[in-house]
Amino acid sequence: MQCRERVCAANWFTRLRRTLREVLQLLNGDTAYARYLAHWRATHAGEGTPLSRAEFFASETARRWNGVRRCC
Amino acid sequence: MSQQSPMNGPRHSPASILLWLAISVLGAGAFGGIALHRGETINSFWFIIAAACVYAIGYRFYSLFIATRILHLDGTRATPAERLADGRDFVPTHRWVVFGHHFAAIAGPGPLIGPTLAAQFGYLPGTLWILLGGVLGGCVQDFIVLFCSLRRNGRSLGQMARDELGPLGGLAAMLGVVTISLILIAVLGLVVVNAMKHSPWATFTVAATIPIAFFMGFWMRVLRPGQVLEATVIGIALLLLSVAGGGWIDGILSLRVWFDYDAPTLALMIIAYGFMAAVLPVWMLLAPRDYLSTFMKVGTIAALAVAILLLRPEIRMPAVTQFIDGTGPIFSGKLFPFVFITIACGAISGFHALISSGTTPKLLMNESDARMIGYGAMMMESFVAVMAMIAATVLEPGVYFAINSPAGVVGAEAAQAVATISSWGFPVTVEQMELLAREMGEATLFARTGGAPSLAVGMAHIFSMVSSRELLSLWYHFAIMFEALFILTTLDAGTRVSRFVLQDFLGNAVPALGRTSWYPSVLFTSALVVAAWGYLLYMGTIDPLGGINSMWPLFGIANQMLAAIALCVVTTILVKAGKTRHVWVTALPLCWLLIVTTTAAFQKLFNPAPRIGFLAHARDLADKLAAQALPPELAAQAPRLIFNDRLNAGLTLLLMCLAWILVIDMVRVCLRHWRGAVVAASSEAPYVRSAHAMP
Repeated sequence: MQCRERVCAANWFTRLRRTLREVLQLLNGDTAYARYLAHWRATHAGEGTPLSRAEFFASETARRWNGVRRCC
Repeated sequence: MSQQSPMNGPRHSPASILLWLAISVLGAGAFGGIALHRGETINSFWFIIAAACVYAIGYRFYSLFIATRILHLDGTRATPAERLADGRDFVPTHRWVVFGHHFAAIAGPGPLIGPTLAAQFGYLPGTLWILLGGVLGGCVQDFIVLFCSLRRNGRSLGQMARDELGPLGGLAAMLGVVTISLILIAVLGLVVVNAMKHSPWATFTVAATIPIAFFMGFWMRVLRPGQVLEATVIGIALLLLSVAGGGWIDGILSLRVWFDYDAPTLALMIIAYGFMAAVLPVWMLLAPRDYLSTFMKVGTIAALAVAILLLRPEIRMPAVTQFIDGTGPIFSGKLFPFVFITIACGAISGFHALISSGTTPKLLMNESDARMIGYGAMMMESFVAVMAMIAATVLEPGVYFAINSPAGVVGAEAAQAVATISSWGFPVTVEQMELLAREMGEATLFARTGGAPSLAVGMAHIFSMVSSRELLSLWYHFAIMFEALFILTTLDAGTRVSRFVLQDFLGNAVPALGRTSWYPSVLFTSALVVAAWGYLLYMGTIDPLGGINSMWPLFGIANQMLAAIALCVVTTILVKAGKTRHVWVTALPLCWLLIVTTTAAFQKLFNPAPRIGFLAHARDLADKLAAQALPPELAAQAPRLIFNDRLNAGLTLLLMCLAWILVIDMVRVCLRHWRGAVVAASSEAPYVRSAHAMP
């Protein structure tokens, strides 16, 4: 991955902070919801409203437990 | 990973050659040390070195060989996540995130329990099987199944089995899933019951996980949707409080009595819990508990790894004990084949093939990630098993056997038990065990079979080396809680999976039952599933030989039979893809598994020793019952125990036949292909160039 001048110049601490923030967003579900909204706008724009955050996670939870999910 | 054309090989710099030579020598040396050491103790650091070297070499050479020469992993090919992206199931995800998901899904209590039980043979056989079976068998299975599913738009193992081996293949996979789930849940339930029996502290701590999970579920659903991290942090804090709270309750007689139960009563409570967890909506109990157990599991295992690396405790168990002759107290049976089926999830496990063909293939962004995720995640699981082996073998052997041997084998009285165990050459005294029990905050540690309590004692010892000895009881109950937490999650998840399969199956006859959201159907099928494993669990608590003896080998056989089925499927795929020259990578593990499971099944069916053979045990009980030679409580239970033995024998026979029918089917398909006859075409999705591939 090529890095642009300004990004490369940022020291390791800033990059670490950025990575930590991304990880936290991931674990908190922000990334998943943002990705859903982006996908919805790209493919279903104009077909009504996307699911609210609560509705989205409700359906995600149900979908995630449909099938073989955890092992021995 | 750089795009190397298969034409040129990877460049071998002299430095790289020297490095891998050094790693090989180090690994061989560590292995040799472990195998040939005959002193009093051996340092656990050699295990870590041997494991690290084996994994490094296996990943760097063997998985690369499979990836490039056999599977031809193509980084320019668009994955299903890219082609079929729908924002829900098919979502291109960063490799490390997928690794996390996949590892969390495959990592269960299996690699912690199996090695602990197998330590009865000494540390060597189990460790060798974990390392070699993992690198040559389990990792290969997970990797190739993941790849095959990836190329088929994420088709499940059952579907692939149907495609390659016919409808019987699909049925066998489905039946395998249900059988494994039911037996596993019963065994795991028994492990938890044995940890909680007559232990108010443990019972309170485990019971407290239920309201904590409810609260977390409420938090993530209503208060702060999707905020998994927040809810988990709160949950973990509450869990730690409950561990401490259990200790406080244990000291107050009037409160203590509310949490003090015997094994059969606890079994009934677990059954009631299992039903409740299965019929409530997932977000209430199952999902939050899953998050909690995943984070706890990863954190605790990581802490254990760090602790072992820093402290390098001494292993006190001998390399090989006399019990390889089949007279072992924890489970009966000779070294071959029983060590290989006792350690399933840590070496090779068919259930992993289901996970590898589940959501994981739908998340991969790039084909080349499959190597790291399929092979690598199983390697990590294998490493968890190594650490469990270390934690089990740092105990004094006498203590290990005192904790893990059922009363029916060593005697119900403490003095009797220590006399028996000392007579085997593993000295232990009543005072030693009483002191240990007091240190751990338990009334007694005798006959707490199933592996969890002895693992907890081992972990408590290791953790207490970095903290004060006063905290031993807290560490012990923390370890019990951590294992019980994800055992109960497996229980919840497994019941749901079996319920889905059952609803699917019954839906063919009665369509209303097949509707997964119709509540009467949910209640009915859940009740059936819970009744099935509940029966096995209850039988396990009253079995005088200890339910672990009969059920854990059954679980191992079932699991590895499913692995054999998965390997049959991928072997057929490889042969049909023209890879006959390299098919030994899957065919050799398959042959080994068939030999091991068939021998084990034969022994469990026909061995004349009542402790080993199910039918022999039934006959022995029936004879004694007829001769009125049984004590009254046992005489009352005897008919049920006899029926249970016959049921277990029936299950073993069924699994055996199913696996062999599929093997014959596989051979038939392969022979047809080699003779040039027409076989079903490959179900691989056609090549589409990835938008992210470099031009």
